[in-house]
Amino acid sequence: MLEIFQYDFMQKAFLVGILIAIITPSIGVVVVLKRLSMIGDSLSHNSLAGVAAGLAFGINPILGAVLFSIAAAFGIERIRKSFPKYSEIAIAVIMSTGIGLAGILSGFVKNSANFNSFLFGSIVAISDFELYLVVGLSIIVILAVVFLYKELFYITFDEESARLAGIPLKSINVIFTLLTAVTISVSARTVGTLVISSLMVLPVATAMQIAKSYKQTVIYSIIFAIIFTVLGLYISYYADSKPGGTIVIVGVLTLICVLLYKNVLRKAIVKRSMAVTSRK
Amino acid sequence: MKQIIEVSNLNFGYNDTLILKDISFALNRGDFAGIIGANGSGKSTLIKLLLKTISPQSGEMKLLGENINRFKQWNKIGYVSQKANSFNSSFPATVEEVVAANLFSKIGLFKFQKKHHKEQVYHALELVGMQDYGKRLIGDLSGGQQQRVFIARVLVSEPEIMFLDEPTVGIDAKSEEAVYCLLARLNQELGLTIVMVTHDISAITIHANKLICLGENGLFMHNPSEGITAEFVSELFGYGVNLHLHDCKNCHREVI
Repeated sequence: MLEIFQYDFMQKAFLVGILIAIITPSIGVVVVLKRLSMIGDSLSHNSLAGVAAGLAFGINPILGAVLFSIAAAFGIERIRKSFPKYSEIAIAVIMSTGIGLAGILSGFVKNSANFNSFLFGSIVAISDFELYLVVGLSIIVILAVVFLYKELFYITFDEESARLAGIPLKSINVIFTLLTAVTISVSARTVGTLVISSLMVLPVATAMQIAKSYKQTVIYSIIFAIIFTVLGLYISYYADSKPGGTIVIVGVLTLICVLLYKNVLRKAIVKRSMAVTSRK
Repeated sequence: MKQIIEVSNLNFGYNDTLILKDISFALNRGDFAGIIGANGSGKSTLIKLLLKTISPQSGEMKLLGENINRFKQWNKIGYVSQKANSFNSSFPATVEEVVAANLFSKIGLFKFQKKHHKEQVYHALELVGMQDYGKRLIGDLSGGQQQRVFIARVLVSEPEIMFLDEPTVGIDAKSEEAVYCLLARLNQELGLTIVMVTHDISAITIHANKLICLGENGLFMHNPSEGITAEFVSELFGYGVNLHLHDCKNCHREVI
């Protein structure tokens, strides 16, 4: 069972995977509850365009991904203001832009294998630079979500009242937008562009089924994300499957199980209460 | 400072149409004012202007003696919207978490909630009779109970003025009466200034000491103690109405 850890690349994969499993749902809770679940997809496609730009023009692809993702995140915020009741329009516009740019720029990339590795990530082939990057980013995100916990909760729950309460709305929204963009672009390198938004949404969706408070939703989301990642890495190692995709499928199956369990539980409660009523 | 809200020569409109035309009025500390008028008369717009969510074309507004453009003490202003109608009931937050959120001005940025803050939350919940619901999910409560929680959320920051925009929309008559009685009690016991947009002329006439009437001919103030008639409301709304005034059984108040 523990033989998996004898390899240096697997130790790195578990460390990076668990760190990403902590930070993505921490951001994801706010994103999902703001009903912006597709923002992850939109930003990851833009970071892919950044990767293509980096590879095509000889700059660090991760730096390209971060810059494109930040620009996309602020683009979404700006367009949302023009369509305040239709946030999904902003996400769709920026996602289309990202896909279009990624398509065009990938045509200039000479080494297509390198570009393809960004699609599903390469968590088992992480360089030292990427490891330090994820560790540094994780520390920043964890500190931000801990120290801005009450502010992020209030803004997510009721933005107008949060403003009246004196919360510096603009500054915190800018910080959160930056964190989301950087988290997605850096994590996309390791777990894959096509996978990262699932890691942001699936643990939160599963946690929301059983949590009895906002605090529990945050904690359970992180726990679920860690379980998905660890299980996914184990399965992918022994089944020789792609780690990113396996992590996501574990998440989807867990969500289905939780939904089924809740359904069975609800039916049992209804049946019991009907039996009690008929006895009376 | 006696006058707590001052509005002078206020004009506001969307596109070229002025909704609020040359509006002026003042409210004193401890007033319970109802804003009434037909749909589209600018009742909710007036609240939005006073909360600085939107800006007027011209005119001056003062809160707590300070021009609204320089006003910084937003923690002394509370706002309760039509939450029972628009609230996302699947949001996973407890009553305690919702009320504690408004303690921001007391706790401060980057700081954590402490034990005495929790006591303040339960004190606010006690004021609205919801102290036993702290651990319940906000979405699991009835519309009337949710609205009480949102009033507690405002009270926890100890505001001086509370604005409410049709807080009883979407809740049943009994809960509606309970909300009015609660507001009247908070107004009398805490000296809280209340400004409330409503369509329930009967209930607001019982509880408010001032009526801000927005009609086709602009704004005029009415003293509810002088009574209210069908002719008065018909003139305000611009069409004929039948008025059925009733007593408030919860507070044992009667229409004058």
